[in-house]
Amino acid sequence: MKVLRPTSRNEALDMLADDPSIRPIAGGTDLMVSWHHHDKTGWTLMDLSRVDDLNTMSMDDHALQLGALTSYWDVIASKDVTNAFPLLTVAARQVGAIQIQTRGTWAGNIANGSPAADGVPVMMAYNAIVHLQSRTESTDVPLDQYFTGYKQSVRKPDQLIVGITMPRTSHDHEWFHKVGARSAQAITKVGVAMVKNGSGWRVVANSVAPFVCRCKRLESALNDGQSFATPADVADILKHDIAPIDDIRSTARYRQTVLARLIHAHINE
Amino acid sequence: MAIGTDIPRVDGIDKLNGSARYVDDLKIDGILHAATIRSTIQRGRIKAIHFDPSIDWSKFTIVDHRDIPNNQIRLIELDQVALASDEIRHKEEPILLIAHPCPREIQRARHAITFDVEPLPAVDDPCQPLTPDHIQHGDDNVFKSIDIHKGNPDTVFASADRIIEGEYKTGGQEHVYLETQGMLAYHEDGKLVVAGTMQCPYYVLDALTHAFDKPRDAFRVVQTPTGGGFGGKEDFPSNMAVHVAALACKSGKPVKLIYDRQEDMAATTKRHPSVVRHRTAVDDDGKLLAMDINVVLDGGAYVTLSPVVLSRGVIHTAGPYHCDNIHIHGEARLTNSPPNGAFRGFGAPQTLFAVERHMDVIATELGLDPAELRRRNMIRDGDATATSQPINDGVDRVALMDNTLDAAQYDTRSTEHATFNKTHPYLRRGIGLATFFHGAGFTGAGEVYLASEAWVEAHPDGQIEVLVANTDMGQGTTTILTQIAADRLDLEPRYVTLATPDTSRVPNSGPTVASRTAMIVGHLIEQACDQIVERTGGIKGRALIEAIEAWHHANPNTRLIGKAKYHKPDVIVWDDEKYIGHAYACYGWATYVADVEVDLRTFSVRVTDFVAAQEIGRVLNPTLARGQIQGGVVQAIGWALTEDIVTRDGAMANGQMTNYIIPTSGDLPPIRVIFEESESPFGPRGAKGIGELPMDGPAPAILNAICKALGTQLYEIPMTPERLMLHMEEHAHGTV
Repeated sequence: MKVLRPTSRNEALDMLADDPSIRPIAGGTDLMVSWHHHDKTGWTLMDLSRVDDLNTMSMDDHALQLGALTSYWDVIASKDVTNAFPLLTVAARQVGAIQIQTRGTWAGNIANGSPAADGVPVMMAYNAIVHLQSRTESTDVPLDQYFTGYKQSVRKPDQLIVGITMPRTSHDHEWFHKVGARSAQAITKVGVAMVKNGSGWRVVANSVAPFVCRCKRLESALNDGQSFATPADVADILKHDIAPIDDIRSTARYRQTVLARLIHAHINE
Repeated sequence: MAIGTDIPRVDGIDKLNGSARYVDDLKIDGILHAATIRSTIQRGRIKAIHFDPSIDWSKFTIVDHRDIPNNQIRLIELDQVALASDEIRHKEEPILLIAHPCPREIQRARHAITFDVEPLPAVDDPCQPLTPDHIQHGDDNVFKSIDIHKGNPDTVFASADRIIEGEYKTGGQEHVYLETQGMLAYHEDGKLVVAGTMQCPYYVLDALTHAFDKPRDAFRVVQTPTGGGFGGKEDFPSNMAVHVAALACKSGKPVKLIYDRQEDMAATTKRHPSVVRHRTAVDDDGKLLAMDINVVLDGGAYVTLSPVVLSRGVIHTAGPYHCDNIHIHGEARLTNSPPNGAFRGFGAPQTLFAVERHMDVIATELGLDPAELRRRNMIRDGDATATSQPINDGVDRVALMDNTLDAAQYDTRSTEHATFNKTHPYLRRGIGLATFFHGAGFTGAGEVYLASEAWVEAHPDGQIEVLVANTDMGQGTTTILTQIAADRLDLEPRYVTLATPDTSRVPNSGPTVASRTAMIVGHLIEQACDQIVERTGGIKGRALIEAIEAWHHANPNTRLIGKAKYHKPDVIVWDDEKYIGHAYACYGWATYVADVEVDLRTFSVRVTDFVAAQEIGRVLNPTLARGQIQGGVVQAIGWALTEDIVTRDGAMANGQMTNYIIPTSGDLPPIRVIFEESESPFGPRGAKGIGELPMDGPAPAILNAICKALGTQLYEIPMTPERLMLHMEEHAHGTV
């Protein structure tokens, strides 16, 4: 195993261009979970932690910009960001435990591509844009078009996630709920973020499909003013939006049922 | 006085500052690192073994079944092989052992050995119908069968107006001790020294002498500081010891074998899963007229400790209630899983879950409050248990329950919850209780069989050393045994030290299991202390130190040791054939009350308050005692709600801390611990056992509270949200 330690963005992009099999890491929290299960022979890791210009977070009247190294804790610790984007902090506080929150990054949460990612639903609900950069070009991709399959995305091997932007708009309504098997150190069994602003509802769910996804049928139904008398009415629509599976953590049936029950209870509160 | 006070933990500082050296911390020059090559199938025959030629195997020590003279793990029976030779009985069964100086080479090599196997039909479920090709033990796969008879239940059932039935299931449980299993071996002074994390050094010694067909003095077994056991290090370290000793003998070098968490969870013992059926005849007032109880335990692939786990299970299965007519039948049966083993409570948590849930089912059918049903049936002094053991210990069990209900505000909260549940859209609250007991020490004639011996040595410098084989695995043994000796000699605890459990130095004072150490071994230490006092002129306190120095002056080069051996108290009479009599010298008694909140959106359950009240004789060290109760309650909350062993081919598939869900501090309620004390005649200063009791009550109390909250009856743990959802969809359609 080899570890590269670039100290600038260009150096990192050069390294990636030269060897697209490199695995960039920021906090390393996803990598460490499965560290013992891998034969790491032939791996090359690129540790981004010394690339200072990726370790930025800024907010103006229009948008919040997260750098590739912005951690969950950076957001939790910022009152301004928490006030403008409350769900980011709500979700960040439920990632692992404090040790993970101080190391794990928002960009890494996207890059890892887990369907159970806790940071992704709230960013997607807030209309996040992912900034990808390679040695030769820069591309912006809306987060809800970033994933293409289980742990698959539009990111090309020579591209690095260099930042994330979320537009500031006023929200009439915002809500996030994570269901884990315990109150901390838990991988999400089912989770949902719901945000409503001038242009309508955005409903994003995790752990119910191969990747974190918007529930577009449900969004349309809510935008049309449809009401839901029972959880089953919600489930009827959701079944077109999600495709949960059975695994060692839960069952498809539980994920489907509970997502519908959570949303039903919430919109009728 | 040392008893009843919070002296600091004797082992505390070393563990806090990191100077305590656990087995994996021990550095020995030239040590080989070892790994276990295991079966990947559930049952079958080994046809061929392939070693990947890309690896230079001449650099490895490789051990198979032929390297162990008696290829058996000595425990109750000898059916478990140390290494599989021909037939594989369970997934993860050890087949080969390899050792090499470099840990990385070991990791590479362990994936480079493969087997050709011919699969055989496997038994997954102890209750499944069997065909002849399933039979692997005796003629019916039953490891042990026990019957308990009292009165004439058949006659009562034949004429009973009201019979209430229920079937209750409990799942397995992983111990999750902080320190995984580990053992090392090296040659020194003509002996093979085997050191590691363990509860029972003499069990390990017996396993070694049998496997290698050598006398006891060929070995020295030493306990290293042990990071948790909970029963998981009662029997399994014997397997580790035989493995590491075989590698050390073959290589002639020191060898270390340490399991990582995943291997530990997949391959080592679990709590026995159980199915318990109750059939109970009651009258309209709720009096228990007759009980018919059937217990089945899933033993796994070899006998190991299953017969004695079953024994404790069936003895506790009628609960702390008086009933004149009882029949209990219990069986421990084979399945093709890694053997299930000792786990805090040892069969009693399983059977007490069943009877305590069943009492609430009976109360619901009769329209009685569950506490009132228990009040009417609780054992009073003069009554007898299921084994016809008379109870006359002066403990007021009804008052213990009523005081606990008051502390938990049981009546007020029941009313408040009923109101809350009518108005809240998705939260439901409930309060539930369990009343229960736990026998201290080995069952029946077990302590006679153990014939434990404890020594107390007075050294020439006046220092008192307690020599016993009992181990501290975090529960506080070294501290309380120090307190007991100090108290008996009227000395400050600093004059007393506890010897490292090392079979070349300490006598066999029995295993550290069965809530026996404080009571049985503590009592022996008192007697050994008395001999020191007697032989030095009958003085206690500071003057004793001078008397000891004077004794040594008068008797140079002689050891001054008080030795006490277990003698069965005359009142204890036990018939092991009929299972009648004093199953235990005494019992701890308890009432636990749980408050819960169920979220009907997610079907998850939060325990919001918990009161744990018990009568355990004398509290020796209040902080340690409270720690034992709170720790047991936490472990039982996990067993009740989240700790679900997902199996594939009979072995644990979710063997990682991320996927096997033990509670975090954020999942726990305040746990309010209440002790009531009495002078029990069997232990030091009146102490009884404590360690296992708190594992027994929480699961039924929590399930009873959930049932109250939801107005339903549940029969199974762990009650995961997924299970509760299925139950509610099936039984409460339209109401949630």
